[in-house]
Amino acid sequence: MKRIISILIENKPGALARVVGLFHQRGYNIETLNVGPVFDGSYSRMTVTTRGSENDVEQITKQINKIIDVIKVSDLTEGDHHEYEFIMIKFKQSEKIKKILKSLNGKIHEKDKDAMVMSAWGPSSDIEVAIRDIGKANLLEIARSGSIGLHEGEKVLKI
Amino acid sequence: MKLSGGDLLMRALKDEGVKFIFGYPGGAALHIYDSIFKQNACEHILVRHEQGATHAADGYSRATGKPGVALVTSGPGATNAITGLATAYMDSIPLVVISGQVQSHLIGTDSFQETDMIGISRPIVKHSFIVQNTQDIPRIIQEAFHIATTGRPGPVVIDIPKDKTDPSKLYEYKRAKEVSLRSYQPRVLPHPGQIKKASKKILSAERPVIYAGGGVILGNAHKELISLNKLLKAPVTNTLMGLGAYPAKDKYFMGMLGMHGTYQANMAMHNADVIIAIGARFDDRITNTPSMFAPNAKIVHIDVDPASISKIINADIPIVGQVKESLLALIKEIKRSKIKIDSEALDNWNIQISKWRAQHGLNHDLYLSKIKSSMIAPQVVVQELYHATQGNAFVTSDVGQHQMFVAQYYHFNKPRRWINSGGLGTMGFGLPAAMGVKLAFPKQEVVCVTGEGSIQMCIQELSTCLQYNLPIKIININNEALGMVRQWQDMNYGGRHSASTYADSLPDFVKLAQSYGHVGMKVTKQSQLKKTLDKAFAMKDRLVFIDVYVDPNEHVYPMLVAPNGSMKDMWIKKNTKA
Repeated sequence: MKRIISILIENKPGALARVVGLFHQRGYNIETLNVGPVFDGSYSRMTVTTRGSENDVEQITKQINKIIDVIKVSDLTEGDHHEYEFIMIKFKQSEKIKKILKSLNGKIHEKDKDAMVMSAWGPSSDIEVAIRDIGKANLLEIARSGSIGLHEGEKVLKI
Repeated sequence: MKLSGGDLLMRALKDEGVKFIFGYPGGAALHIYDSIFKQNACEHILVRHEQGATHAADGYSRATGKPGVALVTSGPGATNAITGLATAYMDSIPLVVISGQVQSHLIGTDSFQETDMIGISRPIVKHSFIVQNTQDIPRIIQEAFHIATTGRPGPVVIDIPKDKTDPSKLYEYKRAKEVSLRSYQPRVLPHPGQIKKASKKILSAERPVIYAGGGVILGNAHKELISLNKLLKAPVTNTLMGLGAYPAKDKYFMGMLGMHGTYQANMAMHNADVIIAIGARFDDRITNTPSMFAPNAKIVHIDVDPASISKIINADIPIVGQVKESLLALIKEIKRSKIKIDSEALDNWNIQISKWRAQHGLNHDLYLSKIKSSMIAPQVVVQELYHATQGNAFVTSDVGQHQMFVAQYYHFNKPRRWINSGGLGTMGFGLPAAMGVKLAFPKQEVVCVTGEGSIQMCIQELSTCLQYNLPIKIININNEALGMVRQWQDMNYGGRHSASTYADSLPDFVKLAQSYGHVGMKVTKQSQLKKTLDKAFAMKDRLVFIDVYVDPNEHVYPMLVAPNGSMKDMWIKKNTKA
């Protein structure tokens, strides 16, 4: 099962590597990873998506919690949550691709006679479907932000 | 008064109460070494290889309970410290390892003796720091000691670029009253509700077993463990790391459990209805096949590290907290409880365990009387050592058959007396660890039981022992082969001894010891053993290397049957399964 794990971590050199390294050391995979400083910038919020059983994810979150620089960890998939992913795509003029991206909050950033740059965002499951539908034809380049997400309702993850 | 980075470091170490630094100098650490020269609060012990420095600091820590400190230079100095860091990490030993680093502006340029120590050590440390501002050194040292020694202890690395200890740049020394880290607040007190549940479960047990590990020793909770069992009168087993946590002489003690645990301890675990795991982590050398582990047991698991709980074996009642505080709470709750232990069931259970012990327990008399004139059984060497030291010595070991024989036949009654590399299984650990112990306890008997394979992995430290006058006793259980490797080859590979023998190329250990300025003795006959040991231990101020030739065909038993075995499946002697 796909899991979305949110991590608050001290914004210190090497902190990110400790989290990423841990997944490898403990035999788990990272599917997507997003990180950036939040609030006063003294700490960052990371969002990692991974796959695993209930037990696997319990172990992962416990092990992440043990990292000294990690302040808080939460498995968003444990409860209701919002989750989105942002993508940017460069492609040769294609009405098909344009149409697919338009259906995902698509926005055109650059329009050339040869190529076009668009962005889009939506739930990562929709993004996956879109990427599959776009296929290889006319596709030049693609960048993904990885999932980010928040708990639904009153629950917040902050210091 | 303003101080240089090196002086700030030494001042901070002094304020942490550091008595010894085990280290080896080199370019990137030279400013620090100059600061060491100018102070006398900490004694620097010059080892002969950085692996020795980390193991010596580790041995010091295991024996004293205080954090051990090592100092190495950049590049090869740092990489040589890696095995010692991994050893300490696996056994949760508090170490602070300081590594010199090339100058900040050279980092990342593949400069001379540059290596990414933070990157290399990342998976085998509890935490690590790189010094970016000299004035941070005192704070980093304080935080490093705090992190190393609290919660589940472990090694911490501090990497210091050479320019951060520049003697011409001076800063104010500031020490905080206490360390507080928002991202690190290990749990101390157990959850009262869990304690209540645990007490109820334990008091309703008919076949309880206390399974106590290294956490009891690290958490200084052996007295509480004894108090708990004064109430429960349950059979107790200790892990390899936990030996000494519960006194071996006590009638409820079953010996070690696991791969080479006693028959009664493994049988008791398999047949228990409640297992009280205390500061133990259900290592694969304990559980055998996890899905076949203790099929009828409910598990109460006390550990300071929540990640150790339900990692391998699901805990029915998890208790996260310091072992000492958790045991105190549990004792209080049991005393208060109205539930009475079913003493008849418990008596029957203890009788059953006695029966198992009588059936296949370690047979001391047999070994002592076994072979009068021919080859010496390695078990006998350990038994004679036990008698020669009245069971009071600090015993370090390396890794392999000799280690298991000590665990089985040297009966540890006190914690912190048995010093071995359990988790990582590091050959070469024993001699440098013994140096650390001897420095901490110069008046106590310190023995390194080793094998002719292991001892050659850090033999260079014999020179350190001479320099600092460390009269430890080394018992080399010499079977002219990598004994445990050969045992596995005998049992699983048709006796094909691939790369496990070297009888024709072993050094003359007596002459070797002598060339390092020590005393060497050789024993080949059973009749010489006791006399030689007595003679060696009478030489209080000399390091004596006793090379004991033993029966090379001896195996360690019991041994769990693997793969696909449970804890009740054991080889109890050659070709015989219980």
